[in-house]
Amino acid sequence: MGPGPFEEVVREHAAVVMRVVRALLGPADADDAWSATFLAALEAYPRLRPGSNVGGWLVTIAHRKAVDVLRAGARSPVATGPAPEDAWIDDDGPVERDPALWGALQSLPFKQRAAIVHHHLAGLPYAEVGALVGSTEAAARRAAADGLARLRRAYERRALP
Amino acid sequence: MTDRIVAELLSSSPWAEGRAARSRLVEGAEEDGLLDIAYRTVDSPVGPLLLAATPVGLLRVAFAGEGHDGVLAVLAQRVSPRILAAPGRLDEVARQLGQYFDGARRTFDLPMDLRLSRGFRRAVLDRLVATAYGQTVSYAALAAASGSPAAVRAVGSACATNPVPVVVPCHRVVRSDGRLGQYLGGVDAKRTLLDLEAGGGGAPE
Repeated sequence: MGPGPFEEVVREHAAVVMRVVRALLGPADADDAWSATFLAALEAYPRLRPGSNVGGWLVTIAHRKAVDVLRAGARSPVATGPAPEDAWIDDDGPVERDPALWGALQSLPFKQRAAIVHHHLAGLPYAEVGALVGSTEAAARRAAADGLARLRRAYERRALP
Repeated sequence: MTDRIVAELLSSSPWAEGRAARSRLVEGAEEDGLLDIAYRTVDSPVGPLLLAATPVGLLRVAFAGEGHDGVLAVLAQRVSPRILAAPGRLDEVARQLGQYFDGARRTFDLPMDLRLSRGFRRAVLDRLVATAYGQTVSYAALAAASGSPAAVRAVGSACATNPVPVVVPCHRVVRSDGRLGQYLGGVDAKRTLLDLEAGGGGAPE
């Protein structure tokens, strides 16, 4: 029994993939990375082994596509400081409800951002997160914890009137 | 225990994918030759119709009663799982169906992909295409015309398994005793289609 219609895969995982690419890239490049992710998945789909974790597989592809965009010199560069909040207004889709928080996320180093997104938003175990970012499970766990601590501090700084 | 920041991240990201991202996926799939099956659903006087097409042509027309999700699941097994909702490929089919239901079209001029029908059943469908708008044919006559006069029941199941009803007009096949007989879209749909065609519609093209 082969895989079901790919449209169902898109529907089920569209939001998680979008969260991952938005968090890693920001709004300017997220749409392209989203499409590239599902296109690559569509190509490989008939070969997917039955019982595979489709969500985890898609997040792996999304991560690689996001890294491709970053390496190619994205329009929204990997930020080392706070991102202007206007950058988070997106005319194509609904505005995220907390630009301060997502701006603060974008200001984290890539590995910390990736660890938070992949573990806490996409549900990957730390061992898989480690494999994805080229480090160990322990390092991924530390990166997520450090990232959240930084995020908390940055977010609270911004949220102050 | 969910970290407060994580909860904020999760609850503050209500994005569905943008229209742009979705269209780019469909366009990319077409360009790369990966869109094995494109589908859309159209409204009609016989209920919502699922339309599915390969790059070769129209593959499947399904009534709501057949269960559109189940129909797509079967296509994933029998043809390919590379299936996306992609209305563009079905634009011409939708246009001609609209004209047919308006009474402004009597024959369909569409590329077809009849791979789901083989052997005798395929021969029956080929004969059906040759029937005339507004006319009916009996199961027995169709069996004879398909080269197997005794195969009346097989004609019945060929009609029941027609992958592209309405476009290939199995609704024109009726019982010799004058009764309508069965129809895979339901008897009401058969009556609607026959009444539409009997009404004469607009000018023939």
